[in-house]
Amino acid sequence: MVELDPEIILNHEYVPKHEILKEKEVEKLLKKYKLESKMQLPKILASDPVVKAIGAKKGDVLKITRKSITAGEAIYYRVVI
Amino acid sequence: MAGVEKKIGSIEFRLLSPEIIRKLSQIRVVTPDTYDEDGYPIEGGLMDLHMGVIDPGLRCKTCGGNIATCPGHFGHIELVRPVVHIAYVKLIYTLLKATCRKCGRLLLSPEEIEKYKEIVTGEKELDEDTALEIIEKTKKAGICPHCNAKQEEISLVKPTSFYEGDQRLFPTEIRRRLELIPDDDLRLLGINPEKARPEWAILTVLPVPPVQTRPSITLETGERSEDDLTHKLVDILRINQRLRDNIAAGAPQLIIEDLWDLLQYHVTTYFNNEVSGIPPARHRSGRPLKTLAQRLKGKEGRFRYYLSGKRVNFSARTVISPDPYISINEVGVPLDIAKILTVPEKVTEWNIEKLKEFVKRTEYPRALYIIRPDGRRKMVTDNNREMILEELDVGYTVERQLMDGDIVIFNRQPSLHRISMICHLVKVLPGKTFRLHPNVCKPYNADFDGDEMNLHVPQTEEAQAEAFHLMLVQKQIISPRYGAPIIFPDQDYITAAYLMTHKDVTFPKHIATKILAKAGVYELPKPDRRINGEPRWSGKILFSTLLPKGLSLEYTAKTCIGKDKCEHFKKKGKCEGCPIDAWVKIENGKLISGVIDKVSLQGILLDTIFRKYGSTAAREFLDRAGKMFLEALMHIGFTASLDDTDIPEEAKKEIAEVIKRAEKEVDELIRQYYSGELERMPGKTLEDTLEDKIMAILGRARNEAGDVAAKYLNPLNHYLIMTRAGSRGSMLNLTQMSACVGQQAVRGKRILRGYKHKTLPHFKEGDIGARARGFVVSSFRDGLDPIEYFFHAMGGREGLVDKGIRTAKSGYMQRRLINALQDFVVRWDGTVRDSTDTIVQFVYGEDGADPMKCYGDNPVKLKEFLLLEQKEYEELPEEGEEELVEVVGEEGGEYE
Ligand SMILES: [Mg+2]
Ligand SMILES: [Zn+2]
Ligand SMILES: [Zn+2]
Ligand SMILES: [Zn+2]
Repeated sequence: MVELDPEIILNHEYVPKHEILKEKEVEKLLKKYKLESKMQLPKILASDPVVKAIGAKKGDVLKITRKSITAGEAIYYRVVI
Repeated sequence: MAGVEKKIGSIEFRLLSPEIIRKLSQIRVVTPDTYDEDGYPIEGGLMDLHMGVIDPGLRCKTCGGNIATCPGHFGHIELVRPVVHIAYVKLIYTLLKATCRKCGRLLLSPEEIEKYKEIVTGEKELDEDTALEIIEKTKKAGICPHCNAKQEEISLVKPTSFYEGDQRLFPTEIRRRLELIPDDDLRLLGINPEKARPEWAILTVLPVPPVQTRPSITLETGERSEDDLTHKLVDILRINQRLRDNIAAGAPQLIIEDLWDLLQYHVTTYFNNEVSGIPPARHRSGRPLKTLAQRLKGKEGRFRYYLSGKRVNFSARTVISPDPYISINEVGVPLDIAKILTVPEKVTEWNIEKLKEFVKRTEYPRALYIIRPDGRRKMVTDNNREMILEELDVGYTVERQLMDGDIVIFNRQPSLHRISMICHLVKVLPGKTFRLHPNVCKPYNADFDGDEMNLHVPQTEEAQAEAFHLMLVQKQIISPRYGAPIIFPDQDYITAAYLMTHKDVTFPKHIATKILAKAGVYELPKPDRRINGEPRWSGKILFSTLLPKGLSLEYTAKTCIGKDKCEHFKKKGKCEGCPIDAWVKIENGKLISGVIDKVSLQGILLDTIFRKYGSTAAREFLDRAGKMFLEALMHIGFTASLDDTDIPEEAKKEIAEVIKRAEKEVDELIRQYYSGELERMPGKTLEDTLEDKIMAILGRARNEAGDVAAKYLNPLNHYLIMTRAGSRGSMLNLTQMSACVGQQAVRGKRILRGYKHKTLPHFKEGDIGARARGFVVSSFRDGLDPIEYFFHAMGGREGLVDKGIRTAKSGYMQRRLINALQDFVVRWDGTVRDSTDTIVQFVYGEDGADPMKCYGDNPVKLKEFLLLEQKEYEELPEEGEEELVEVVGEEGGEYE
């Protein structure tokens, strides 16, 4: 498969903002939603082009800020698997 | 037996060998007869007592049991000549082709056999792909690698005849060949020879199932009627016997072969009576017999009907009919049904006297059963009534008949959304149908043209409470999908409201009091009008008695013709004082101005009452308004008749003029098209440009025709009134009835299929004018000519077909979606999670809004309609501190 330039991927209109959460933030997130493990979060594949582009590793939690029809902007979290 | 827990370790499927069949058998069946003249089972017959008993008083000769205790036992038939088992024809065919015709070895070289043997005996088990690969390879062998015999082509003539070249292979020969195949070779084909030697697929012995499997029934006439399986077994035994006799008598080979084939036919249809290629065995009446495969197969077969079929207790089903005099919360239940359905009531020290009363009674509201504290259930009969009354105590449960006010769940299929099941309160009524308030048709999508509905009686207090508090009709007035009313007055109710509350409609005292009394209002307001000195009550003041005190609203009614068209608005710059009474003003529960129509009753007014005063107030409003409107409508009177579609002669002339002009325009366009003057529109072909323009002209022509008709129609025309009030029909319907039906379309285009270059024989080839392509000039009132009628049927047909396909497609999509989403739950913290607690959405719908709690057009911005406030998780309180959840939107209100 052709690897795309991360710059192109991350600046694409349809690719929402992905950020890697810090260890502390992940802990807080799990606590907030009373989760026993990261695996109870929605998932994203390590092979996902965006994940590769921002250099996230398996087990990282991503904060995704995306456009929403209903709320304008919505925040979503996914764990890299 | 009870209480023994057994676990299935493994299940084995195998072929029955003739030995096993004989071992299983308790008796060899030899005679095709069943019972003797005295009705006693004939020995050696198909009902032989060794195979079990189905007649009371007789004992099983195998186990000694009687009708209740004998489990039934197999028998067997020794077939004179072997026959093919229909279910294994494919296997037999495969094996005959894959093995040597002479020595029976697999048609592979010894080396290859070795190679595959290693695979099979090794770690890896033989899989289907390898077996198929082997079978594929054997096809290439022209001579046997083991004995060098030439391999003749084997063919199958369906369903059961095999040929080698053009030589018939009879089951005896097939069986001999199958016996020759070595066990080791079979393993390579995925067959376990211990469990299934292939020659066992050729039947020499036929098992006869126990009589319990095929019980005979005694008709009222005293005649015995045998089961279809028994009939089939009789056939098999008869032919078997004839074949035996013919062989013994040394009959010619041809005759024997014919009888043999007949035996094959009967055995085949005994297993499966729907085999292609042979006629199904029939009953004397002509009905095809239901044999073994038919018992299992299909929707009504053992699997789908009995094993995966579901049936519900404490439920009832019947036709529905309307009853506008019950509450929207109620459902009318026929007395006959109420007598059968029961509600369990636990006996406590507070209700024991009441419940004893039910046990005492012998007429309708009575107890049918009692349940003892140990769970044993006892039917209350005339004989034990006194005894039960004696022992009844706290801890018992009384199952009494269904009564007024009981909580039930009412349902109409297809249950596509949650409001297909609503909680109603029982109202026991005479008659045989469920009664439903017409305002509650919408959520069920019910009408009364024969619809049937189901009723369920929750059997625990928890279930009853849950149904009542979450599912009650009055709590479903607002749709959970779009946040506007879904239970509301419709059709005649709207017409009535319009006629009653319009402008200066007034009623004399004797009618006003009647209308109010029907609505449950027993205080007569002061008369607000006076005609010829007589006091009169306006519809507005009567209607106002239904409005909650303190309610104030201002809005435009459905009747409003629009601010851009309204002369009054243009002049005054405000709607107040609207000459057509389209400005609704409610002040402190009093209707000051404006007519009550669809907008009020199906929208803002009902919506506001529900949200401000609660569901009980909304229910009361609907119950009373419904009765008030109906009473008023009966006094006013309203009929839409054929006369209402009539328009005067000059209107007809004017409409004809409009249409003629349009047709001329179309002809002119066509001329331009042919002469090349027509200019192509961007992105379209010249043909499409022409079509678009013609469609536009003809569409406009119909609208103009409609406008003409409207201009000449009496403003009190009944169709116009219905359209204006929003109760039924549109201006388009009226146009089509009295002015012009207009262009008929198939797939969004003018009609174009039919004969060569024309739609019907009546037109010239190449005619693309208005009428030749489906423009219907006539009105429904005047009637369509045959050509127009045909075009109209074409357009109508498309609608029907479309609808059928759409519902089938979307129904399936909906089912898939529901199956995928059914376990998702919105939790108290606003997240959506699945059954494993995994998060699906962090905030429900990303905005946390509950559509049912959204009011008006801009719901999401309003904080109080959100499920919870959105906060960044950083700001959230640490664990222990609550306040994470903030569920808002209780309907609340003093009426609750
Ligand atoms: Mg119907
Ligand atoms: Zn028995
Ligand atoms: Zn051979
Ligand atoms: Zn106006």
